Parts: sequence; structure tokens; C-alpha cells
Amino acid sequence: MITAGIDMGSRSVKVVLLEELNVDGAPALKYGVKKVHIMMPGDLDQDVAANKAYDEVLAAAGLTRDDVKVVFATGAGRKQVAFAAEGITEMTAGAKGAVFMFPQARTVVDVGAEEGRGMKTDGEGRAIDFAGNEKCAAGAGSFAEAMSRALQMTLKEFGDASLKSDKSIPMNAQCTVFAESEVVSLIHSATPKNDIAKAVLDAVASRVCAMVRRVGIEGEVVLIGGMVHNAGFVQSLKGAMGVDTISLPDMPEYISALGCALIAAERQHR
Amino acid sequence: MIANYGYKDGSGEYYISIDTDKCIGCTAERACLTACPKQMFEIITDDYDDEVAWIKKPNCRTLAYDCADCKPSGGYSSLPCIAACTPGAIKHSW
Repeated sequence: MITAGIDMGSRSVKVVLLEELNVDGAPALKYGVKKVHIMMPGDLDQDVAANKAYDEVLAAAGLTRDDVKVVFATGAGRKQVAFAAEGITEMTAGAKGAVFMFPQARTVVDVGAEEGRGMKTDGEGRAIDFAGNEKCAAGAGSFAEAMSRALQMTLKEFGDASLKSDKSIPMNAQCTVFAESEVVSLIHSATPKNDIAKAVLDAVASRVCAMVRRVGIEGEVVLIGGMVHNAGFVQSLKGAMGVDTISLPDMPEYISALGCALIAAERQHR
Repeated sequence: MIANYGYKDGSGEYYISIDTDKCIGCTAERACLTACPKQMFEIITDDYDDEVAWIKKPNCRTLAYDCADCKPSGGYSSLPCIAACTPGAIKHSW
């Protein structure tokens, strides 16, 4: 049986095709990822974008829509995926996917383009506590992206630059718009770019950490979402949370889509 | 599940926590729906197929203002939503 999970994020569409394995003698090896695909939608119509991404992943896997038993959707635009049988919240999908990748995970931090959130999960990947920030993007990837633009750096350069600084410059602005003017002030006062990058990522990490602390930090901590690719942010988050280790999945942006596909598969056995 | 709806901004931290385990099979006959003067609560079917209360999405971004009238400065000695929810599922962070 193959199921699909589609994560309709605010910036990109992620699709995971999941296959039920049923390997004799290895009951723990129940599911395997068959194919993943990410697409930056060029279309404002999210249903069109979801259809395109889904067709692309099927073509890459050599499958047709008839080969897929069921499709579930998650993410901010999940309700726009007309062909999905069900919509799952980002919290439920993220917790499920994170525990599939790291069975000991009990605290899941999800930082994507527009939103960040913290979840506490049980051993089955069921979210038991969550908190997000419904109001602004100051605790998310788009904030870091806007700030890297202000410094005329790519996101990769931005993250790497942050790692070269050991200064702690507090940023007071809570809002992306005001924070950008604070960054401009730091540039004008000849503050080294590395220090500014660290200040920005420390600020993002501090806001994300505030959400995670609402649910409590417990057991293995896993970070999912696109911000995993920003090494400077990961370092800042470790400092803010006061933990030595944060587990990072190989394909962090697909974890919610993976969780969605897993829930879709499990519901077929009800 | 403890669901925290709200936000933190420059002025403070504004979250309403709903313990959905206490919502399932509500013994207060969903009193939160009518107790809230702004009618911010809504019953939904969550991802685990349980009927629970949540805060309507637009209100999640304006809790500090929406709840202000029910705080002590508005003349209330206890919050109507918390008083109505006899199972004790609702909490405010501020």
C-alpha cells in the first residue's frame, strides 16, 4: 500500500510517498519512504500547485494516482488540497513524523518559513501539548531570510557567519519590520556582519524557545522544518533552550509531510 | 492534549490553554460557547476524531484585546470562560 502526505507550506509544497513494507522478520520496519518531492509554487492557486507537485512526484516514482491508496494534507494551505481525503494539523503531522525518525523524541520544534511551534509528544508520535505564535513571523524562517537580505547575504552565508561570532547583541524589536531597521542601525554603527547575523538568529531562537518552554522541554529534542539547514540557528537554539544536543533529521522540511503520510497509512488499518 | 492558542509579542504573552482531554465528553454542556462575550470558542473535530473546543483563528491573533473586557479592569472578578468550564479545561496565561 502506498499513501501520500502533502505539506502545503507558505513557501513550498512538500510531498512524500510512503510505502508499507511488511518485511518478514522485521516488524519494526513497517514503512519506507518511496519518494519525496519539493516544489516552489509559481501559482497562487494552492490547489493547482498541489496538483502539480503531486503529479511531479508520481512521475518521478513511476506511479499513477490509482497506485496511491489515500492522500492526506497538512500545512497552512491544507484545506486548499481538494483531492486530499483529510487535512491534518501541522502539530499532529510534525509530531508523528519526528517520532518516526527519532523514536525517543519527546519535544519537537518545528520552524518553517512563516511559523514556528513547539510540541510535546508521546512515544506513539501523538501530540500531547503544543504552542505556536499565531500573530507574527518573527519566530520563523522568513524573518531570518529578510534579515539576511538586509545584510546582502545568502541564507547559507548568513548562518555560517553567525557561527563565527561569539558576541551577544540583544535585539529588542519583536516585529520583522522594526527588526530590519535595528539591523540597519547596527550596520551603520559598523557592527561586524557576523555579530549581526548571530544577533538575528539568537532573537529568532529566543522567540521559538519561548513557545517551546510553554509546553516544556522533555526528553530528546528534535528540530524539524527548513530552518534545520541554518547551522547558526541550530547553534542559537541550543543556547536558548539550554540543551547540548538537538537531533536533526536528514530531510527536515519533509517531516510533516511524512507524518501526514504515516497517519494516512495507519488510518487505513482502523 | 494541551492546546495553547495565542501569541507572544512586545507587550506580553497571551495564550489560552485548552486541555482537550477534559473537553471530550464535556460535563458543562459546552458552556464556553455561550459564556464568552466575544464567542471566541468553537467546537471542532480534532485530528484524533475527538470533539473539542478551540479558539477561532482570527481571535488567536487578538487575544489581548478580545479578552480585555473580561479581565478585572472590565469589572469581572473571574473570567466568564473559566467560570463556565466546570471541568477546568481553560486557562489564561495572563
